[in-house]
Amino acid sequence: MAEVRSVSVKDIEEAVYKLALEAAYHIPEDVLEAEKKAYEKEKSPVAKQVLETIFQNIEVSSKEEFPLCQDTGLAVIFLEVGQDVHFTDGYVVDAINKGVERAYKDGYLRKSTCHPLTRENYGNNLPTVVHTFVVPGNKVKIIFDAKGGGSESMSKVQMLKPADGRDGIIQTVVDWVIQAGPNPCPPVIVGVGIGGDFERAAVMAKHATLRHVGKPSDDPVLAEMEQEILEKVNNSGIGPAGLGGLTTCLGVHIEMEPCHIATLPLGINIACHVNRHKEIEL
Amino acid sequence: MAEYKLKTPLTDEDIIQLKAGDKVYLSGVLYTARDAAHMRMVKALDEGKELPFDIKGQVIYYVGPSPARPGKPIGSAGPTTSYRMNPFAPRLISLGQKGMIGKGKMSDEVKQACIKYKACYFVSIGGAAAVVGSAVKEAEIIAYPELGPEAVRRLVVEGMPLFVCYDAHGNDLYETAKKEWANKYSLG
Repeated sequence: MAEVRSVSVKDIEEAVYKLALEAAYHIPEDVLEAEKKAYEKEKSPVAKQVLETIFQNIEVSSKEEFPLCQDTGLAVIFLEVGQDVHFTDGYVVDAINKGVERAYKDGYLRKSTCHPLTRENYGNNLPTVVHTFVVPGNKVKIIFDAKGGGSESMSKVQMLKPADGRDGIIQTVVDWVIQAGPNPCPPVIVGVGIGGDFERAAVMAKHATLRHVGKPSDDPVLAEMEQEILEKVNNSGIGPAGLGGLTTCLGVHIEMEPCHIATLPLGINIACHVNRHKEIEL
Repeated sequence: MAEYKLKTPLTDEDIIQLKAGDKVYLSGVLYTARDAAHMRMVKALDEGKELPFDIKGQVIYYVGPSPARPGKPIGSAGPTTSYRMNPFAPRLISLGQKGMIGKGKMSDEVKQACIKYKACYFVSIGGAAAVVGSAVKEAEIIAYPELGPEAVRRLVVEGMPLFVCYDAHGNDLYETAKKEWANKYSLG
């Protein structure tokens, strides 16, 4: 047991505020590195041109604090709370929402949340989607993910049959990403969640998109599946922005959990080439 | 793959010369509209009312820009996913719209409308919004301000770089580019 520690939710609000702004303007280092590597390998002149524009965009955004993409996303947070943390000064989810609201206003970020039926825009980008996990210790880890609608719309959960197995999973993911084609802004990062149940598969898939790009799974079986999916997707020819080439996908990341004997849940979440996320531990 | 500099409003002649894969630097006035604005425009037509702008020869940019910083005409402004406009685009094309700018695939009905009425679907690079948005020199909301980022804006652009995706001859850049580069990754 760690010693019980008090954490003011005001510090959480401030951290979320900073993470949201940083994610909007500055691409994660690992994503840029993966894109540079892909550029070296790329043979299509048009694809090279597209990647050059992407690099130029990263530079302009970072220098002038212009959002990398006009769609600054739905704010998604993976919140890992140590069980020995005691929050003070208010309710932690309210603090997260305050941080998001302030960042989207002060940073000239687009507010994209709306009523699902009337489509009326709420004008504050709230509520934040918060996935909370209780973990050992007395620290708080906040992973902020600005998830754009274009790539998010190309996601799905499918309940496969247990007999579909490894090859069925690979085929389903590859077919789905190729069918999505240019829509989710390739080169993409594909997050896959295998097992758990219906909603766990989806949460794992989204969490997987935030792994260091191209870092293989610790599980050698999954690492091999990741590589096979990556090669098949990149062999599709879709290319950066869908204009043809070798770089459709920068990385495939799989997470897996046990599931019910009668099920084989599969979650697929696609992140675009800006894959904006930042994290901090308090 | 040719390069063209074009100015809106576009004519049949402008469109006919274009082939899928050509690069176009577009200047002049563009109008922005996304799903919510398209729904309202089509409703207006159904009720016998006028569109918020004269659509003949015009190009609609599918974009929901981020807010402008003080002193700038617009924030980041890259293309949004176009298939959401599939139900509306053919009707507007039949009324004289000459082009759409977005990203991602559109429907066969849109392709057919491009052939029948001589129009063109342009794509630009999704996500590269700070760079694409820098082609915008002026921006003004002209309809549905309550839609916020989805309001209809009149933009003045200079040399906006675009690729011709669906031309008026039935070609599709996404399909041809994909075929050309398929099965080459392992060789790359």
